[in-house]
Amino acid sequence: MARELQLMKGNEAIARAMIASGTDGYFGYPITPQSEVMETLMAEKPWETTGMTVLQAESEVASINMVYGGAATGKKVATSSSSPGISLMQEGLTYLAGAEIPCLVVNVMRGGPGLGTIQPSQSDYFQSVKGGGHGDYQLYTLAPASVQEMYDFVFDAWDIAFKYRNPVLILSDGAIGQCMEKLYTRDYVPRWTEEERRKNAPWGTWGKPANRPHNIITSLELDSARQEVFNLKLQKKYAEMKEKEVRYEMLNCEDADYIIVAYGSSSRIAMKAMQMAREKGIKVGLFRLITLFPFPTKQLAEVAAHVKGILCVEMSAGQMIEDVKLATQCGVKTEHFGRFGGIIPTPGEVLEALENKIIK
Amino acid sequence: MNQDIEARKQELLKEGYEEVYTRTKVLTDAVMHYCPGCGHGTTHRLVAEVIDEMGIQDKVVGVSPVGCSVLAYNYFDVDFQEAAHGRAPALATAIKRLNPDTFVFTYQGDGDLAAIGTAETIHAANRGENITMIFVNNGIYGMTGGQMAPTTLVGMRSATTPYGRRVDLNGYPLRMTELLSTLPGTYYVTRQSVQNPAAVRKAKAAIRKAFENQKLKKGLSFVEILSNCNSGWKMTPVAANKWMEDNMMPNYPIGDIKVDGKIVEGIDANRLVLDHPLTVMQ
Repeated sequence: MARELQLMKGNEAIARAMIASGTDGYFGYPITPQSEVMETLMAEKPWETTGMTVLQAESEVASINMVYGGAATGKKVATSSSSPGISLMQEGLTYLAGAEIPCLVVNVMRGGPGLGTIQPSQSDYFQSVKGGGHGDYQLYTLAPASVQEMYDFVFDAWDIAFKYRNPVLILSDGAIGQCMEKLYTRDYVPRWTEEERRKNAPWGTWGKPANRPHNIITSLELDSARQEVFNLKLQKKYAEMKEKEVRYEMLNCEDADYIIVAYGSSSRIAMKAMQMAREKGIKVGLFRLITLFPFPTKQLAEVAAHVKGILCVEMSAGQMIEDVKLATQCGVKTEHFGRFGGIIPTPGEVLEALENKIIK
Repeated sequence: MNQDIEARKQELLKEGYEEVYTRTKVLTDAVMHYCPGCGHGTTHRLVAEVIDEMGIQDKVVGVSPVGCSVLAYNYFDVDFQEAAHGRAPALATAIKRLNPDTFVFTYQGDGDLAAIGTAETIHAANRGENITMIFVNNGIYGMTGGQMAPTTLVGMRSATTPYGRRVDLNGYPLRMTELLSTLPGTYYVTRQSVQNPAAVRKAKAAIRKAFENQKLKKGLSFVEILSNCNSGWKMTPVAANKWMEDNMMPNYPIGDIKVDGKIVEGIDANRLVLDHPLTVMQ
């Protein structure tokens, strides 16, 4: 498939990008609102074209551990789910991070806590960037704001995952997963050949040739001194990501008196609210987070130094706002506006919140 | 240390001694942490011998569990992954499906396979994953200090059943092997033991068959190895083996249950699953 314009759902874009980006395997379990990912893969039958393996697992616990097993052989392996299923995967994710296994996990968020709702939400921010599972680890976390980005970020995820030997999380939500938009597809990236796999993942467990020691994939270290050294190595890796892999987008921030900070669906709504404010003569800018970890701390602090107030818009009770306040050292008035439980705020509500909470 | 051993061996060979038994090359030089008299060491060796004899060392990927054999990856000189507790069959599923030319085996204990990993075990078997599962059953959680396992016998004492396992509190011992034999996805299901040379020879033949079966691509091969846990049972190794024969074996009968996809003649799998002729420990 070459570059062409198509109309599709966000979830479908994830599935098609997996096939097009040379993904070797997908293991998943149905959950609303992301079931179209596996449905699309099963309908497309990529095992007959690219040779990609697709399997419906018995649970999210099993699917993330299938990702662990498959990805540890040095292949590109992915899964997707929605909030409750992602909670079940936290054990697997910390093992994957602890064993430094590149992989891709997609979370199409819905409202919580518990079984919650099946409507869009962004209340898994803490889970995504503050741990989720046990131990000191980080997932490289990308937040798409369009169907195009759902598609493109799958390609980007593989580059980052293998560059840093780290799991990558695409943190989306039910709005982007379910909505249909146009997107430009990309040229197919062929799945790695056997030689490429061995070159790109020399640590993988595919069967020990006579000329190398056996490869072991584990997150266990019984010696605490060595485990500390390993933790320091992980921290160094995360620091390098913070230095080199931060992604964000600024709109109208140059002359802004106020900025809205948002990611994903909320940033789309915030963009409209910004336009409405500008029409009223209020100079509002939008700082859109693309990576949630690493957080664009320095970049946001620079912008914040020149504004009178920041409104954080998130479909949660206020999670991302903590990182915004840390970035600005609470040096500027910062408030949260959000709807949650599956309710999507309107641009009018955002503008009203900006006027009432920040400008007044 | 290993160089010393090698040097001493060369000396002895010069003196006219003949080498009749040696370390299997598929085992590494690492000193095993297992308690003396435990069945894990023997079972490891049997798996390693089979891999060596089949000439598949370069094609094997093993998956170790959480529990006593968590460090199995240090002892086998093959590529290895260490799973989260109970998840080995899920890892093995993906390893095999993405690398169909490899020989994949899991190595798990009773807590890992039959308690926390029940779902992964049953579904891997039911999908007929073309892998080999080695299940070491000693009726107890060894690594964590001797707590009740799903396979702990009724009346058997453990750290969490200090007055003996009670059916009304803890339910019945779980015969996972019989249970799996009823699933169409299993191709070979057997229970063996390693407490004496005759049993070891049979166990090795079973493990060999379970690995050879991967070439046929007809479903999952499952080998339960009944083992003592002399430290967990608080007995000498010799007494533990005797106790295993007297108490474990009546509840967990030794022998093939399903061969080449068919229940062995004379075995009524349903009877074994549903009717528990339980020995109650005194």
